[in-house]
Amino acid sequence: MQFSRKHLGIPYAAFLIIFVVAPLLVLFYYAFTDGQGLFTAQNFLHFFTNPNTLGTLYYSLIVALVTTVVCLLLAYPVAYFLATSNLRMKSVVLMLFIMPMWINFSLRITALKEILSVLEGNLAMHPFLNAVIGMTYDFLPFMILPIYTTIMRLDGALREASMDLGADHVQTFLRVTLPLSVPGIISGVSMVFLPAMTNYVVLDMLYNSTYIMGSLIGSYFSAYNWNGGSMISLILLALICIFTLLNSGDEEEKAREGGALL
Amino acid sequence: MNWKIFRRLFLLLVLVFLYLPIVLLAVYSFTLSTNIGAIRGFSLHNYVTLFTTPELTSMIAGTITLALGSAVIATILGTMGAIGAFYSKKNVSAFITTLNQVPVINADVVTGFSICVLLVVALGISKDSYIPLLAGHVTLCAPFVFLSVMPRIKQMDSSIYEAALDLGATPVKALFEVVIPQIIPGIISGFSLAVTLSLDDYFIAMYTKPATFDTISTYVVNATKGAQTTIKTALWALSTVIFLIVVLVVLLSNLSVILENVRKKKGKKKKKGHLEKGGSRAG
Repeated sequence: MQFSRKHLGIPYAAFLIIFVVAPLLVLFYYAFTDGQGLFTAQNFLHFFTNPNTLGTLYYSLIVALVTTVVCLLLAYPVAYFLATSNLRMKSVVLMLFIMPMWINFSLRITALKEILSVLEGNLAMHPFLNAVIGMTYDFLPFMILPIYTTIMRLDGALREASMDLGADHVQTFLRVTLPLSVPGIISGVSMVFLPAMTNYVVLDMLYNSTYIMGSLIGSYFSAYNWNGGSMISLILLALICIFTLLNSGDEEEKAREGGALL
Repeated sequence: MNWKIFRRLFLLLVLVFLYLPIVLLAVYSFTLSTNIGAIRGFSLHNYVTLFTTPELTSMIAGTITLALGSAVIATILGTMGAIGAFYSKKNVSAFITTLNQVPVINADVVTGFSICVLLVVALGISKDSYIPLLAGHVTLCAPFVFLSVMPRIKQMDSSIYEAALDLGATPVKALFEVVIPQIIPGIISGFSLAVTLSLDDYFIAMYTKPATFDTISTYVVNATKGAQTTIKTALWALSTVIFLIVVLVVLLSNLSVILENVRKKKGKKKKKGHLEKGGSRAG
């Protein structure tokens, strides 16, 4: 067989089939069978009839929603102020906001925990508050970067034109900058919302208790209940798909944001 | 309040939020204190513990080995995949690109769990073989390598490759001497992204690692639940070391920008100094 560049894709395609497609198929199999390998819808029904699992679903949606809003309220001004400032070394200041991403999250959460314990005492007393603080602390850089990149890419002339045509700063912001930065917001939201629903280890570290979707998988894993865990994984996957389709922006855009992480 | 001051203050406050815990912990790591509170005397004992306790050193070495190993494999696979996908027929290319998005969008909990179920539960591969762990980390990283290499391939001038073939180079030689050098920036950033992702991972390691092996993340998460203070404060030292390494890398990679600005500032100051004696701080 003559070598051609397209043959280089074969190992990666095979890799994706083995480690991406096959695991998902296996999840389906386990989710709809019982311990003996017989078909059952029990796992599915259990999730939607059990108050505990449903409660976890609602709770994690609310935690993720509030975390995303808080991150957005902090990140948007940061990105906007920084992108439109006349600071020298803007890129270096941006680095300061992005740098925490490169420090191991578990060590950063340990540090946060020490501070919060001094301020609050027992962290388990305010689980919701600490969940939001912890996740905001962990995910904030992921919201800042895409919004900053989008605002930086806006044509400054648009803003000047708006001012020339008689709009004041607030109008210019509300009717030019903000609408044009929506792609950045969407990409930031998707980088925060989904992890906030699933990343239970942050809460686990802060106050030894977890109550969000991801932790259900964790508890099934600890109990060697592969069937239950697979069902939760599938439900999470379905939620992720719905969420991704809802804000399916430009995939190229996302790839570029991903690449912009470094 | 002055708008400009408000803007600066806001940026500063968010930075304080992001860095106060890390910096405070760094200060306390050089003391005898075991809690944030009264400082009890300077000491390097945390650093001695960090670098002499076998449990800690082997966990750090393990994390780094895993990150480099999986990043190398992920970079090779992801780069080959990107080149292959770009030159394949449209539907093959779309197939690879779509599947590539799955681990990117998917939650790490689900990725880790599903790989564990396939390899360990269904196929019976022992976690002690490190195969599930390595497979998991490569699955986590390779798609990001693919994504950072792809734009470079799109920008590449493909006529050079054809010219090399016309001039008698074998396809393999042309690949290594023409294609790779053109896309090397994408490969490098993909590799560094892969290293970072692997270093920061918790969930995939948690679901696929051998019981006796720990990465920094899995170790620290367990340690925060335990009450062993020597280990706890030694981890403050680890946090500080990693923080300093990151600062150093960021400084070095931005060195040119910083130097240029310092030079500009100095130049400006000199000029201004001539005009009004003792130049003002430029905003």
